[in-house]
Amino acid sequence: SQRMLKQTLFNLLKKTLAKPGVKNIVLVEGVRTPFLLSGTTYADLMPHDLARAALQGLLHKTSLPKDAVDYIIYGTVIQEVKTSNVAREASLGAGFSDKIPSHTVTMACISSNVAMTTGVGLITAGQCDTIVAGGVEFMSDVPIRHSRKMRKTMLALNRAKTLGQRLSLIGSIRMAHLTPELPAVAEFSTAETMGHSADRLAAAFGVTRLEQDEFALRSHTLAKQAQDAGLLSDVISFKVPGRDTVAKDNGIRPSSMEQLAKLKPAFIKPHGTVTAANSSFLTDGASAVLIMSEEKALAMGYKPKAYLRDFVFVSQDPKDQLLLGPAYGTPKVLARAGLTMDDIDVFEFHEAFAGQIMANLKALDSDWFAQTYMGRKVKVGAPAMEKFNLWGGSLSLGHPFGATGCRLVTTVAHRLLKEGGQYGLVAACAAGGQGHAMVIEAYPQ
Amino acid sequence: FVTNIRSLCTARTHVNYEVKEDVAVIRMNDPTSKVNTLSVQMQNEMIEVFNEVLANDAVQSAVLISSKPGCFIAGADINMIQACNTSEEVTKLSQEGQKMFARIEKSPKPIVAAINGPCLGGGLEFAIACQYRVATKSKKTVLGTPEVMLGLLPGAGGTQRLPKMVGIPGAFDMMLTGRNIRADKAKKMGLVHQLVDPLGPGLKSPEERTIEYLEEVAIQCAKGIVNKKISLTKEKGMMQKVQDYVMGIEFVRQQIYKTVTAKVMKMSKGLYPAPLKIIESVKAGLEQGPDSGYLAEAQNFGKLAMTSESNALIGLYHGQVACKKNRFGVPERPVKNLAILGAGLMGAGIAQVTVDKGIHTVLKDTTVEGLSRGQQQVYKGLNDKTKKKTITSFERDFTLASLTGQLDYSGFEKADMVIEAVFEDLNIKHRVIKEVEAVIPPHCIFATNTSALPIKDIAAASIRPEKVIGMHYFSPVDKMQLLEIITTDKTSKDTTASAVAVGLKQGKVIIVVGDGPGFYTTRCLAPMLAEAVRLLQEGVDPKKLDALTTGFGFPVGAATLADEVGIDVAAHVAEDLGKAFGSRFGGGNVEVLKTMVEKGFKGRKSGKGCYVYTPGLKSKDVNPDIEDVLEKYKLTPNPLVSSDSDVQYRLVSRFVNEAVMCLQEGILNGPVEGDIGAVFGLGFPPCLGGPFRFVDTFGANKLVEKMRRYEEVYGNHFTPCQLLLDHAKDSSKRFHK
Repeated sequence: SQRMLKQTLFNLLKKTLAKPGVKNIVLVEGVRTPFLLSGTTYADLMPHDLARAALQGLLHKTSLPKDAVDYIIYGTVIQEVKTSNVAREASLGAGFSDKIPSHTVTMACISSNVAMTTGVGLITAGQCDTIVAGGVEFMSDVPIRHSRKMRKTMLALNRAKTLGQRLSLIGSIRMAHLTPELPAVAEFSTAETMGHSADRLAAAFGVTRLEQDEFALRSHTLAKQAQDAGLLSDVISFKVPGRDTVAKDNGIRPSSMEQLAKLKPAFIKPHGTVTAANSSFLTDGASAVLIMSEEKALAMGYKPKAYLRDFVFVSQDPKDQLLLGPAYGTPKVLARAGLTMDDIDVFEFHEAFAGQIMANLKALDSDWFAQTYMGRKVKVGAPAMEKFNLWGGSLSLGHPFGATGCRLVTTVAHRLLKEGGQYGLVAACAAGGQGHAMVIEAYPQ
Repeated sequence: FVTNIRSLCTARTHVNYEVKEDVAVIRMNDPTSKVNTLSVQMQNEMIEVFNEVLANDAVQSAVLISSKPGCFIAGADINMIQACNTSEEVTKLSQEGQKMFARIEKSPKPIVAAINGPCLGGGLEFAIACQYRVATKSKKTVLGTPEVMLGLLPGAGGTQRLPKMVGIPGAFDMMLTGRNIRADKAKKMGLVHQLVDPLGPGLKSPEERTIEYLEEVAIQCAKGIVNKKISLTKEKGMMQKVQDYVMGIEFVRQQIYKTVTAKVMKMSKGLYPAPLKIIESVKAGLEQGPDSGYLAEAQNFGKLAMTSESNALIGLYHGQVACKKNRFGVPERPVKNLAILGAGLMGAGIAQVTVDKGIHTVLKDTTVEGLSRGQQQVYKGLNDKTKKKTITSFERDFTLASLTGQLDYSGFEKADMVIEAVFEDLNIKHRVIKEVEAVIPPHCIFATNTSALPIKDIAAASIRPEKVIGMHYFSPVDKMQLLEIITTDKTSKDTTASAVAVGLKQGKVIIVVGDGPGFYTTRCLAPMLAEAVRLLQEGVDPKKLDALTTGFGFPVGAATLADEVGIDVAAHVAEDLGKAFGSRFGGGNVEVLKTMVEKGFKGRKSGKGCYVYTPGLKSKDVNPDIEDVLEKYKLTPNPLVSSDSDVQYRLVSRFVNEAVMCLQEGILNGPVEGDIGAVFGLGFPPCLGGPFRFVDTFGANKLVEKMRRYEEVYGNHFTPCQLLLDHAKDSSKRFHK
């Protein structure tokens, strides 16, 4: 308890990041559905069902009146065409008042980060006081389309006036028309898949297979420990219609280095280092957070969990720097907040690939990289591993693209509470060569 | 890692090695050049290192890699071959190379070639003698056997190893076309075993780290071969088995030799000996065994090196290298914004070769229709590349973002250079230059793309003639390599430097010539076309005329060329230059061309000229309606100067004489540019190396002798110029040393 006292004193001496004239914005609560391997228990749902579950979980946990929200924003990546504004369908379906406007945003793996920061913007601008932000991804079902040729024929068929025209259009259909079009797994601008790019990135930074496997094992081990210790309190249980109730993430599989070493490279063959086991897996899941102005939260009787402070979005070359968002975002957001790496007590980085994480850590720890590519005089340094992703990460917990951002922010808030830290930092990379970083400050308890 | 640097104590400068665990990493780097070549020094040090590696018990395998960024081995050292005086000497060179690579091939310690950058000619032969090949997927990595383009053959085992490695048809395709093969294609062909992706930014520069990565992967492969994790005998697929079976049938092979030979003869008209020698060497190896094969290769290599064709092609190679340099220095400010006036075939073509070079390009026309057509041409050019997968659709779109199409002069205040490609009419050009000079900044260069109008006449309307220059592009701009830049005595050196810099960026081979009617290229072409018209009038059928010119080595026959250039343009040029140079430029009657134009026979663009062009059809028939025209202007041929050979020399001698006269008058800077301009701009037979090399090889006296004979019949059209006479008189005088 003496240590606790020391820590508390230390925290008191640290400055708060509140800025004069800027509203304090707080995270009141954050929840998520269990993250499941796609094709498992959620397989028969639709994306908005998952989002509904997260929203209902948030309502339940906060006892928030259904009409007390000003605006709802959701992030998603692969859109179900029937519910392209999934935020609206989910909020209606979750029983929120139909008077609450909702919109959907997309920015690859940092889509729910955008949902949250959009909410922050609305509060800062004085437009709203209470925002629900979230994210959802559903990889058990993806839109598979007819080929462009077939679509063209079908649309022309719609317009055809005579039987003759229709018959001739039907007659023009060939085998090639029937080849379906799958959602692109490759980056549109470069035609390179993300795993391939991650493997090249790992090679560029000299990240070995061993380092990657070790990091993957660490992620799964820590996630298992956190799950067993009941630390993942953001996970709600969800009664899946027609199926059992799910209450736990199902992708956490601590294995052994020997097992991991057996896997063949998944993208660059035969000498690549990125394998299925040291990459994040296709996941179904949804998350939701309640964000409010501090004033409003206190007025409604909430005890906020954390302050959402400075954030940045960064972007760079989608070919060779696709996954370096954290390396670029971290120094920038620290500079904005006036903090150094040492000031941060809790790090939560999105783990797309073990190789990507290791590459980002190496980039952060390199003066040459800082000088050559970021225009900085010196590096900011790599995060201390004893503060880094201590409750597992995307590699082990799962990575529903649109939902991960809220999980990261909620985890930082929960870890700050649990560990007694002052500042947390979230960083993530996203397709398109983009990235996000945010500083989170503990709410005085 | 146990790293053991063994190279410190030796005085080697080109090849060194280091032992990493049990793998010797052999590194090549020619400190005297931007590229590695298999020079004597390189070979000697390589043999030395190879011997040490073999003798070193701590070494189980080796990796061969270049430490030069972006170049493996660009080829053999051409100078080494040119320094030989007899074919026996060259044969000996070849045999030494064969011996060295035979030792590499039989090495008990496997050698992995790690390829990044060009791996060409002797470099490729070296690589394919190794047991295993790993290559980077970099755009710079290309494999190939370009020897045929120098009139030679792969003389260090290439003709023997390639057929075994990539199959007989694949090997012939490589060796007879000399084309570059990208790494991914090379993998599919079985030329390399494994590919390595180029890396981006990391903890070192991308180039440096990529080579390091390549080395790491190659070392893994070398170890894999030693501990038998990688098998060197590749399991053959079904297709491969079938192909091998078919190729095992002697009758099939004979058919292939026959077909390939026939194709070569058709393409080369028998004017190029190298392709036939390549076929002969491959055949010797396959039919009579390796000893005969290697011997045939070395002997044929020796023979080819002594041919005038090889000499001519090597001359062109050197000339091309020289014409890819800017002898006017670095311009004061680089051209970042280029505006092109006129979105016709030429204007749009210039835009097409500019917009993908990081230069913002404005394409201006006067009508929406004209502009749209031009924009579509640029789009199509890029989209074709997308279809061929040389660029992605994203790269196409990104490139097109640098192109602005417009009808007015907005934004011209930012232009660093304006190239006008409007109609060839002095009045229009004057109007344009005045309009443009009113809106462009003071530093902006005004370049005019004209094929015949003297630049000083165009510059007469300019308020700053030092910024005016001629840039004569050839159609189609994206295919024709030549750019003829024309300076007046008022053009500043910086203006010239800037025009050359832009041309080089556009990927052009550049000659810079003096001003005058027709400059250099058009001026050489005009008398030859005049002669062609006379021949038509004398009753030579267009097809026959074409056959005689292509038979001499021109890629396009004279009648077809007239159709391609445009009969109206030809008439225009003939008339203009006729006025400027007088009766010397006579021959055929200009009225023939004018009458054809009146009848609408303007050449390919109008569907009819000397020939009738049917869209979608490759073959073409003689235009039956020109017979009336030719009948009207019929001339009686003189049998003394009308044999097939005379017809050829009448055409060629007028061309060559005019070229020499351009040098005599100082229009040309030197014979090298004269040869390059004639070959790359006008299709002068490459096997002859250009008009100047032709005079050197054929003999000025022999040429003058022929011209005198024609002069007797036709007068001053064939009067040799003074410089040619000087060379005829003194056989020691040569244009090329």
